[in-house]
Amino acid sequence: MNGRKLDRRQFLKTSSAALAAAGTGFAPRSRAFAQTGPIKVGLLAPLTGVVASGGKEMVEGVQFYLDQIKSEIAGRKVELVIEDDASNPDTALQKARRLVEQGNCHFLIGNLLANTGLAVANYVKGTGTPYFIPIIAADDLTQRQRIKNVIRVAGYTASEFTHPLGDWALKQGFRKIATISQDYTFGHEQCGGLAQVFTEGGGEIVQQFWHPLNTADFSPYLGQLADLKLDAIFAMETGADSTRFIQQYASFGLKANTPLLAAMNGTDQSVIRTLGEECDGIISPAHFAEGSDNPVTQTFVGDYQAKYGKIPSLYGFSMYSGIMWVAQALEKIGGRVEDRDALIDTVLKTELTGSPLGKTVKLDAYGNPIYDVYIRKVVKRPDGKYLNVPMTSYPNVSQFWSYDPETYMKQPPYSRSFQGIKKA
Amino acid sequence: MAPATQPRKFAGMSGAAAITALCVVAAAAALPLLLSTYQVELATEILIFGLLAMSIDILAGFAGLTSLGHGAIFGVSSYVVVYANAQWGLPPLAGVALGVAAATMVAGLFGLLAVRTSGVYFLLLTLALGMIVWGICLRWTAVTGGENGLRGDVRPAWMASHRAFYWAVLAAASLASYAMWRLVRSPFGMSLRGIRDSDSRMRSLGYNVPLHLLIGFTLSGLFAGFAGALYAMYNNFVSPSTVALAQSVEGVLMMIAGGVGTLFGGFVGAAAIIALENVVSAYTERWPMVLGGCFILIMILAPEGIIGKLRAVLARRLA
Repeated sequence: MNGRKLDRRQFLKTSSAALAAAGTGFAPRSRAFAQTGPIKVGLLAPLTGVVASGGKEMVEGVQFYLDQIKSEIAGRKVELVIEDDASNPDTALQKARRLVEQGNCHFLIGNLLANTGLAVANYVKGTGTPYFIPIIAADDLTQRQRIKNVIRVAGYTASEFTHPLGDWALKQGFRKIATISQDYTFGHEQCGGLAQVFTEGGGEIVQQFWHPLNTADFSPYLGQLADLKLDAIFAMETGADSTRFIQQYASFGLKANTPLLAAMNGTDQSVIRTLGEECDGIISPAHFAEGSDNPVTQTFVGDYQAKYGKIPSLYGFSMYSGIMWVAQALEKIGGRVEDRDALIDTVLKTELTGSPLGKTVKLDAYGNPIYDVYIRKVVKRPDGKYLNVPMTSYPNVSQFWSYDPETYMKQPPYSRSFQGIKKA
Repeated sequence: MAPATQPRKFAGMSGAAAITALCVVAAAAALPLLLSTYQVELATEILIFGLLAMSIDILAGFAGLTSLGHGAIFGVSSYVVVYANAQWGLPPLAGVALGVAAATMVAGLFGLLAVRTSGVYFLLLTLALGMIVWGICLRWTAVTGGENGLRGDVRPAWMASHRAFYWAVLAAASLASYAMWRLVRSPFGMSLRGIRDSDSRMRSLGYNVPLHLLIGFTLSGLFAGFAGALYAMYNNFVSPSTVALAQSVEGVLMMIAGGVGTLFGGFVGAAAIIALENVVSAYTERWPMVLGGCFILIMILAPEGIIGKLRAVLARRLA
């Protein structure tokens, strides 16, 4: 942590001194010099604001990888410039401008909240700067409103994993499910994915509850859920909401009677790290499972834990794999990061090997990865820590599930009013 | 005020004031030739937020009513401009006209509800009205895009470059601030000042106090909306954080930092805060704390604001 701060300060000091000395305004000239200079990576992460803890793990993920490759790609040094987007889209936009125009970063990576990612994506649409989004899950960025230089390396669309979860729920014989979710696009999209596959297969979504972000008391919802006589409940919660929901779900006694299915972020390490047996047995779908017995995953989890003292979360894993993906593409083109078109094309064609997933991953034609999706269950490890352990897997799941991309994108994006529910 | 002996006036300004204004605008116009593109963008942002701060100052400095709802009025205009562009494909100027009109209407509505109160009640009422706008923008997903906001391509092609846009905003800001300056010095502005100093006296002199305040509020909203429309062009994007309370507070803080009742202090305050934000945030994630410390210092050492303090110091020197 200290090392990072020093590096960043040092960089900013020297760069601002250089700017002042150059009389400023000569950005094009310094760009010409940069051909042989370092590869400049602009990392945007929320280090303050509502999702700051996730943002810190994003930075860790990137630094963990850069440390492993000794900050060198294809013989060129990598210079990491970190900016805080403050969990606010206006700030994210301003910081993206700073990274591109003042910091002369060759590409941007990061952001956590969908609104910050969408703001930056709209900006890079104009500048053409490659922008990689391993965390931003907004469906349409790789679907209906795709931007060519915005690529979801090692990320996933919100509905990508809930599609297979809907199928899995049907196979368990579940017929009646209710959903409860934070009331914003990420939640609408995840619930929509589940609802569409589940109802098309003959299931019924009995009711859907949408609650505001930062709900302290879930008892009104839990009371209603208890009365509905359900086969299972699907919860789409992030961060502190998820912690509270899981705790209250257990203390209301629902845990004993109704299985809980969660979105992958609901049982992410960033949440269950602080929980005890109330999180035991929760089911969630994801591409990454820290409890997988795949040796590559095991090594990653072990090394990360040794370095940062905690089991890696989705944020750490995704940013680690995302920057690895870009690095592998850069190796292929000899580090010519200035050639944006070549970089974008190569990233799109690169099949990621050696990631903590322990298998090769490739992108679909829309810049979104195709994964083997695990259905995971939270299980207690002998040392008392809880982990997501894969139970079964769906191979080669794309963001379009089994649908034809063209037809799929003709339906409206999932929202509170459109959940893809098939009328019986 | 110009002395009575001053024979000539240029567009309502004394000769010296006209020359100063010209010099300031000329210097501002020359800035992009010296600054890097990012700094030009920051300068553009300063002009836009300076306008917002000035619009708040019309009420706070000249009518004695501090509004915490102007960020919302500003943001309504941004929303309308981006929506008109993205959904209806209107040309930018039509979008701006529509945005300013919408903001003026919202301001009129706010004014109807708020001008009968004063002091802390006015503050709280405008805060609540602003929160309603924020809530609508957050929840009316079908129209506003919820917390993800709206994206568009508002800025016309000829303004695409940083410099061209800066100059366009500078021209717009100069015109708008000239209009505001004329407004506060007009007989109408004088009666606003009269109301600030003693509304009971103005009432007994036969002035319709609530009507004056309502018109003052609406006009100030018009200028805030104009700034909001420029902001929509600047970002090509709008989200609930643009109409949030923080936006209103930032506008008020800029006005206070520059100097309440100085009008042009808005630009100085905006410059001080935006520059501080950008410089400090390069060194620490705790920049809001540094900003807070600076405000406390300004309040203790120069409660009349930067421009106000400068004026006082100059006056003392000259006396």
